This record gives sequence, structure tokens and C-alpha cells, in this order.
Amino acid sequence: MSQTSQQPLVVAHDLAKTFDVSAPWLNRVLEGKPRQLLHAVDGVSFEIERGKTLALVGESGCGKSTVARLLVGLYEPTRGGLTFDGQDAHAAFKSADARQMRQRIQMIFQDPYASLNPRWTVEAIIGEPLQEHGLIKDAAELKARVAELLQSVGLSALDMPKYPHQFSGGQRQRISIARALATAPEFLVCDEPTSALDVSVQAQVLNIMKDLQRERGLTYLFISHNLAVVRHVSDQVGVMYLGRLVELADKHTLFANPQHPYTKMLLDAIPKMHDTGRARTPVQGEVPNPLNPPSGCSFHPRCPQATDICKSERPALREFKGIRIACHAVV
Amino acid sequence: MSLLQVKNLVVEFPGRHGTLRALDDISFDIAPGEILGVVGESGAGKSLTGASIIGLLEPPGRVAGGQILLEGQRIDHLNADQMRHIRGRKIGAIFQDPLTSLNPLYTIGRQLTETILAHLPVSPAEARQRAIALLKDTGISAPEERIDHYPHQFSGGMRQRVVIALALAAEPKLIVADEPTTALDVSIQAQIIGLLKKVCKDHGAAVMLITHDMGVIAETCDRVAVLYAGRIAEIGPVHQVINHPAHPYTAGLMASIPDMDSDRERLNQIDGAMPRLNAIPKGCAFNPRCPKAFDKCLHHRPELTSAGATRAACWLHEEVAA
Repeated sequence: MSQTSQQPLVVAHDLAKTFDVSAPWLNRVLEGKPRQLLHAVDGVSFEIERGKTLALVGESGCGKSTVARLLVGLYEPTRGGLTFDGQDAHAAFKSADARQMRQRIQMIFQDPYASLNPRWTVEAIIGEPLQEHGLIKDAAELKARVAELLQSVGLSALDMPKYPHQFSGGQRQRISIARALATAPEFLVCDEPTSALDVSVQAQVLNIMKDLQRERGLTYLFISHNLAVVRHVSDQVGVMYLGRLVELADKHTLFANPQHPYTKMLLDAIPKMHDTGRARTPVQGEVPNPLNPPSGCSFHPRCPQATDICKSERPALREFKGIRIACHAVV
Repeated sequence: MSLLQVKNLVVEFPGRHGTLRALDDISFDIAPGEILGVVGESGAGKSLTGASIIGLLEPPGRVAGGQILLEGQRIDHLNADQMRHIRGRKIGAIFQDPLTSLNPLYTIGRQLTETILAHLPVSPAEARQRAIALLKDTGISAPEERIDHYPHQFSGGMRQRVVIALALAAEPKLIVADEPTTALDVSIQAQIIGLLKKVCKDHGAAVMLITHDMGVIAETCDRVAVLYAGRIAEIGPVHQVINHPAHPYTAGLMASIPDMDSDRERLNQIDGAMPRLNAIPKGCAFNPRCPKAFDKCLHHRPELTSAGATRAACWLHEEVAA
């Protein structure tokens, strides 16, 4: 925490990740198949201020989860990078200070059934990061810290000897949160943390996450496809489509006055609870194959406002009336 | 007359440690052409209710009591062969994952014509024409070409359209749709829900729509049944249940959903979780989580009674009525 707190804690600049999905070498040689590259994330830039939440939304395959994995260092970016608190995070991940950086950035995964080891007790699950990072001196301190972490997510110290299968989905997700909090991180990357949960349980987990943010000044990157949830938790919202950000705005502006045609369509696709029997105008068409994205703006085949320039030229993300947007029709 | 009547349905799973009662005394009916929503959290018994109606309850699960009547005829005690004639012809089914509902080795045309020929007295050529018309109805472009494609050549949303066409193939009176949009993206979800509503209206089919998404229920259904721990907590017209819920569980469920119109710092939450089947509390199953529970709730189980415009299983309303 050497830098001033004025500058954003997390700065992603032109992050890109390309996967090589070519056929095996022999098939390429024998059948003359070309190399094939999948641009999962293609130049994404954003900042997150300390203590704030940026939400990324978009449909399956738009690259949200790849961004999450790039931010925590599970993937190496093909291009661009991440500056965390003034430091180049990916350089740090490779250096001797990797542990220090990992302590400060942690992740919560989507499926609490798959992300917890079924053969470990809760104490071992939450205690592992503490031991791994050398944050505790002895067994007594370990127990005390684990108990404290469990209480901070609304579970009890008596749960320590239990196994994951003895908990419901919501409780398991709280265990994942406690584990992520063990190293006292400043930045939490949450990849669809509530989409595997029932609504009443989702509310419990979202409330805990907001309480923790307030108490500890955590910074969140929150990934979700559920716009109502995003509206509830976030300060800023980035809308992604086929590996690129199409609109980035603060929450109130984005929901009150969406600019990008894709954002408008997504917002219109949400069922309205108290407006029973309302007919919607659904988004037309489907997400194109990312292996073979459309030319120009990748949204143009589904866009009602598409013109000739959209088919030939890819719009850049530009500042416009206080938001950032990539659209020829708007800017 | 009601198209489907479910009377006091009980479904049990016998096991080594005693019998688990997964559905307990479920009663409702569906009128011709009506869309009934069934909501609840995981494990509430939504899918089991659907499976019992279409006769696809997986052993050792069994209907242990009550009756299911379709057009006044009992269908809960039919054997597998008799049930096969009803399934498809009178009741169509749509499941969550469109990829597993289609056979990957056959073209969709073959799967559609097979269903049509099995149930309707038509020639193969007519069946193919019908199949093409169905695909057209469900919004698949160039159906004459697409009919000879295999399921893997379709995207998720398109596959679900094929599954809807398949469910409608023999003009059933009732469609049981179990989480038909859960595996799909939000933008595709809206398309599929709109389509389901439209084609069922055009073909005069009633729908039992099982989902955990209240938003989908709100805009699709005429009536809704809220399930909790294997029982109906509340049933009534959809706008009544959503805007003026009578049961504390329904009220809690509604309040816990983040909505687009209000700015709340915290969501209302229902503490705790739904009880497991082997540990259903005495009295009302919701009493440990209920903010309004009183003495009677701990000892006596409430039955569905009329509560304003809806029917709810809650002693709060019993007291008012008495």
C-alpha cells in the first residue's frame, strides 16, 4: 500500500488472451488444416477504484471468465497487462514476490460443489492459504484464525471439523469466501459467485459480500450474467460482447440510460417481476461463433442500428458523455 | 372441466433408512390452454411433480397416494406401455438441457417424423410436411434444409426450439416444461419463453412451466404454485402471488430477488435453508425460518386455505378465516 490511494487499485490495459485451438500437428500436415486462434479476450481495458465493485456482464462465451482468470494470474495475457496498486501484477506473479501478490488478489469461483475438496475438513480448507503463506505461527493460532474467518461469513467455529458435503450450497459458498479472505486480500475476483444458488440463498451470500466490502474496504470484480444482481452489487458495469468491452459506465447511468444497442437489448431481455404478462422484444439472433467472428463490429448481425461502416470497421472504445462505448451509431 | 387434475399426490422414495416423502399431498389443476407456473427452490419437489405427471418418475421413487387425472381419466396407475401412448400424444415434455433431449445420431427430421408417425394416422410424406411446418412455427429459418441436419449442427437456442417442435409434434393438450430456459443465455431465454407462450396458444396446449426464475413466471403464467419442502405453500393468480403474497415464504422469496426498479442497500433474506427430506420440522415445514411463526405453527401442519385472492397453507390465514 505504498502508492497513494487516489489512483485506481486495479488497472487493466489492453488485456488480451488468445487460445490456440488448432487441430493436432499431424492433421494440419496431412489434411492441410490451418492454425486456428480463438481470441477469447481481445483488448479489454478498465480501472477499479479501491473499495469499489466493477461488474462484467455478457452472455456465455463473451470472455468474462477469461478476464477473471487473467486478473488472478491463472492465465498469462497474450497482450497487455494488469497494474495492481502501481505494480505490474503479471511480472510480480513470475518474480520472487509472487506470494505477496497472490495474497493480495484472491478469487471466488462459481460452483461451490466443485471448488471445495470433498475430503478435506473445513478447517483444512480455510487453513491451507494461512499455512501456505506463512501467516500463522502454530496450530492454536490457526484454529483461532479459522474460527474468526468462519464467523465473519456467518458460520460457526463448531463447523471446523465438518466436511463440505455436510453443508448446503449457500453455506459452501460462504466457506469459499472465508477461504478467499484468509490471506486478507485487497482485491477479490468473483466469477458468478451466486449463479449456482437459489434466490433466497443468493440474497444471503450477496448481503455477506456487501457487508465484508464495507468492513474491510475490499475491491471486487464481480462477474455475472444476471443484470439484476449486477445492479444490486456494483458501482460500475462493463458490458462484454465477444471478447471486447462494448460499454463501460457507472451503474446508475448504465441502467437508466443504456447507450449501446447490445446493452439496451440485454436490459430489455430481463423479465420484469411486477409487470406480469408484459410482452418483450427479445434480442434477435444468437452470439456468433467466436472462432469466426463477424467483420467490423462483431454485434452488427444482431444490431437494429447497424449501417455499412459497422460491417467494415471495428469501433474503438471511446469516451462519450462520461461513459465509454464502442459503437459507430452512438458516437 | 379441468384438463389436468392432481389430487393429494404423494411421492415416496423407500430407502435403507426409512421412506422419504418427497411430495406430500399436492393438489392442483390446470384448465385447457392455461399456463401454470411451478416455482420453488432446489429440492422443493418441482421436477418430481412434473415427472409424476408424465410418468417418468425414476425408481425407487413411486406414487404412494393420490390421483392424477387427465381429461377425467386416471393416468397415475397406467403401465409403461399405456403411458407411452399418452406421453407425446396427450402430454408433451420439454426438459432443461436440449442437447440431452435429442438423439445425436438421428437427424432432427427423423426424430420429428418418428414422433408424428407413432401418434398420428398420417403417411410418411405428410409427417415430413408436418415436421417442416412445426419447425417453421418454432422460428427455425429454412426448415426445408434444416430438417435434415443433426442436433450438433444447431446452437443451444435453436436446439431448444427443435425440442419445443418435438413436444408439439402430436398436438398434445398439455406440455410439461421443466426449466426449459435455465441452460440458455438471457437474450435467448427471452426468445424461447416468448416462443413457448405463442406456440402453445396457437396449438391450444396448456403448459405446466417448472422453473426457479420468478421473472419468467411473472411474464408467462396465468397462475403459479409455490412449492416448499414437497408441499404447496401458495397457489393463485400470478399477479396476486407476486404483488400480494399471502404466505410468509412467498413474501420472503419475492423480497430476496434483486429487482431492477428499486435501490436497496441490502436484500431481504430468509435465514437458514430448506430442510432436508429426512428432517422436515413438525408442524409447518417453514416454521424455523418464518418471521411470523407462532405456537400453532410448531405443532400443527397447515392445509391450503383461501387467503384473499390466493390459497395459502399458513395458519395466519386460518386465524383470519376462523
